[in-house]
Amino acid sequence: MTSYRQMTRLRASVFALATGFILLSAGPSLAAEDSRTLKSPGFSFQGPFGTFDRGELQRGFQVYQEVCSSCHALKYFAFRNLPRIGFSEDQAKAIAAEYEVTDGPDVEGEMFERPARLADHMPSPFANDNAARSANNGALPPDLSLMVKARAGGEDYLYSLLTGYEDPPSDVELGEGMSFNPYFGGRQIAMPPPLFEDGVEYADGTAASVDQMARDLSTFLTWVAEPDLETRKGMGIKVMIFLILLTALLYMVKRKVWRDIH
Amino acid sequence: MSSPDSGNRIVQWIEYRLPIFSWLDHTVGSGYPAPKNLNYLWNMGSLAGIVLMIQIVTGIVLAMHYVPHGDMAFDSVEHIMRNVNYGWLIRYLHSNGASMFFLVVYIHIFRGMYYGSYKYPRELLWWLGLVILLLMMASAFMGYVLPWGQMSFWGATVITNLFSAIPLIGEPIVTWLWGGFAIASPTLQRFFSLHYLLPFVIVGIVILHIWALHIHGSNNPTGIDVKGPQDTIPFHPYYTVKDLFGLGVFLIIFAYWVFYNPNYLGHPDNYIPANPLQTPPHIVPEWYLLPFYAILRAIPDKLGGVIAMGASIGVLFLIPWLDTSRVRVATFRPIYKQFFWILLADVVILGWVGANPPEGHFILIGQLATTYYFLHFLIVMPFAGWFESPRKPPDSISSSVLEKGGGNASAKEAVQ
Amino acid sequence: MSTPTSDSGQGDDASRRDFLYIATGAFGGIGTALAIWPLIDQMNPSSDVLALASTEVDLSPVEEGQAITVVWRSKPVFIRYRTAAEIEAARSVDVDDLRHPEADEERVQQDKWLIMVGICTHLGCVPLGQKATDPQGEFGGWFCPCHGSHYDTSGRIRKGPAPENLPVPPYEFLSDTSIKIG
Repeated sequence: MTSYRQMTRLRASVFALATGFILLSAGPSLAAEDSRTLKSPGFSFQGPFGTFDRGELQRGFQVYQEVCSSCHALKYFAFRNLPRIGFSEDQAKAIAAEYEVTDGPDVEGEMFERPARLADHMPSPFANDNAARSANNGALPPDLSLMVKARAGGEDYLYSLLTGYEDPPSDVELGEGMSFNPYFGGRQIAMPPPLFEDGVEYADGTAASVDQMARDLSTFLTWVAEPDLETRKGMGIKVMIFLILLTALLYMVKRKVWRDIH
Repeated sequence: MSSPDSGNRIVQWIEYRLPIFSWLDHTVGSGYPAPKNLNYLWNMGSLAGIVLMIQIVTGIVLAMHYVPHGDMAFDSVEHIMRNVNYGWLIRYLHSNGASMFFLVVYIHIFRGMYYGSYKYPRELLWWLGLVILLLMMASAFMGYVLPWGQMSFWGATVITNLFSAIPLIGEPIVTWLWGGFAIASPTLQRFFSLHYLLPFVIVGIVILHIWALHIHGSNNPTGIDVKGPQDTIPFHPYYTVKDLFGLGVFLIIFAYWVFYNPNYLGHPDNYIPANPLQTPPHIVPEWYLLPFYAILRAIPDKLGGVIAMGASIGVLFLIPWLDTSRVRVATFRPIYKQFFWILLADVVILGWVGANPPEGHFILIGQLATTYYFLHFLIVMPFAGWFESPRKPPDSISSSVLEKGGGNASAKEAVQ
Repeated sequence: MSTPTSDSGQGDDASRRDFLYIATGAFGGIGTALAIWPLIDQMNPSSDVLALASTEVDLSPVEEGQAITVVWRSKPVFIRYRTAAEIEAARSVDVDDLRHPEADEERVQQDKWLIMVGICTHLGCVPLGQKATDPQGEFGGWFCPCHGSHYDTSGRIRKGPAPENLPVPPYEFLSDTSIKIG
């Protein structure tokens, strides 16, 4: 007959095994199965007290404008969001006016183009998905508004991908028009490396290394995916402190009420 | 809280016409006796009720802004996240609230299994609880479809396709469910309507559940029935303050998810708009449905898998009779107790199997875990009851409390 | 109320006990109020609606004697380029005789541009009079077909059931040929 101690040990080890398995297979920090572990350069908005650096956001927006927007849409980003990443309202209006959006129909029933206003969203480079595919060898460059939330690893994945282009190893045969990137699922990606040293001349004069641009763009795209991040974490601190105090009070009340029973 | 003989004239005026105050007093007030030895696992019931209220309130508010049409659903959720005042907060409360609801309910169910709360005379109470669980699973499944992301769409495709396993009438049933030839906007629209409806059906069943509970009162950690007022204390203020404290702890955990890790329990693919022409590499449901998903995939035959998945909950309806032990709680059944923990580990393992692709070692482990699951209920439960000699339970609740050094002269203070 | 009695001294302990209950209750109440606020505020206009709170209008295509209708905050706004005759007709009315006394000078920033919300102050229909072919009522302005209110060339109610003049929204001239409403 098994002893109580043996059964307890059995129970404990079964639990430990189960928990171990779960923890090992959990967590979004690993990329797709045949890819490398992601780089973690560290971002200012990570962690419970994270905030965005306005400089990074504005530089990231510039990288999006000059490098990505020719192929990738950003439909959920409105020009009225620009003041939230540090531009003044006048600067935001001027930036918006650089873009054209379709409006109408006018009095004659025709659609027309007009300069964008603050209330408008970033226009897409293509009229629709078919146009996007035909301009890109059949590949569809995805909208980037939610990219950081739509990929396991988020900003770390984005940063790793952007800085991760390499020459393919000898045992890999690249498909036509494909580039090798060990961070992308399948390790071959239809997007050629988008970032080059000094590819962008930053308005604030920061040196535009690939690392800098990847960082700034990842920061900006995290903002676009999660504009509420700073509010959320800020509110979180206050809520947590409040709840901890309230729970402590409730515990004291509970102990007081139960004193004669215990 | 006023008792019925309060001198207050307004209270008396209302009480004479609708005795709401005395009713409250008798159901949750100082007039409702509860066993004095309940532990914190007994917080889960009221906590589940509160989470249900949170889901209903946040859900109704979200429904003011959400558009249940295939062309606009995904955009409307982003509208809520970006434009609606506090929309992101209400959305994250609702999505993480669903996870918390299942966490609380699963702890509640395992408490019931450990302490034999399903045994006579609480069999119907147990059944009502299982009905609530089934309604929760249906609501959660349909709710997950509403954001119309890749996982919404493809999860719905996989699960609704299961109905085609039914012989003869399976395919027409699937077409009927879909309202078309595939998951599309008609399906989304009806899922929204039903997702709004079912939680109110759950409220109705919860009322029956609490009603059934109150007929014979709560079980307790000794499994020994209440023998008299010396075994009980009034629900208010003892369990009201204990439930409030438990609520505080729960809210801290809930706040962690909502404010610091709101997307961890979800899947990134659901931030990609639904695409009927492209299947994600791995289709997985939310974590709380993973053990059932594993059981479904453990059987290589489509109909067999569906039957096994249904049977995994169906068998739970039978445990008041499968458990043949005369002793209610596992505390006094040392051998059966170990099997309880193995079952818990088994369910966790099934969840882990469900999260992974059905390849390699996951297949065998999933099949073994599924086998154990059914063996536990169909073999272990009855045989343990028949062949194990349990330890002797205490004579009464009071004596067990006194043994543990609790209680004193004011144990007499219990309600009449 | 059957609170548990304590065998220690009633006075001091009772007040300490009550203080704990009051403090906890207050904390809980504040928390509940703070938690309820987002549920109420979410019904207020969302930021995309607020972004459309002001509308800019280019006046250069409008000719003298012509009127256009623009949308501002989902409502129609009448903009008429008044002729000298229309301005004269508006000025020559005795303000005290009006149901809703307002001088024409109070209702315009530049005499020739009349800008008003085109919703009848009776029960909310959109009056006719923007097009040359529309009935303009007996005072050369606008006529509401629902219950017969007549508005003059300053948009003031002259006859019929409407209680007030057509409201003038807040606006400013950005230049001689463009305005921002709201």
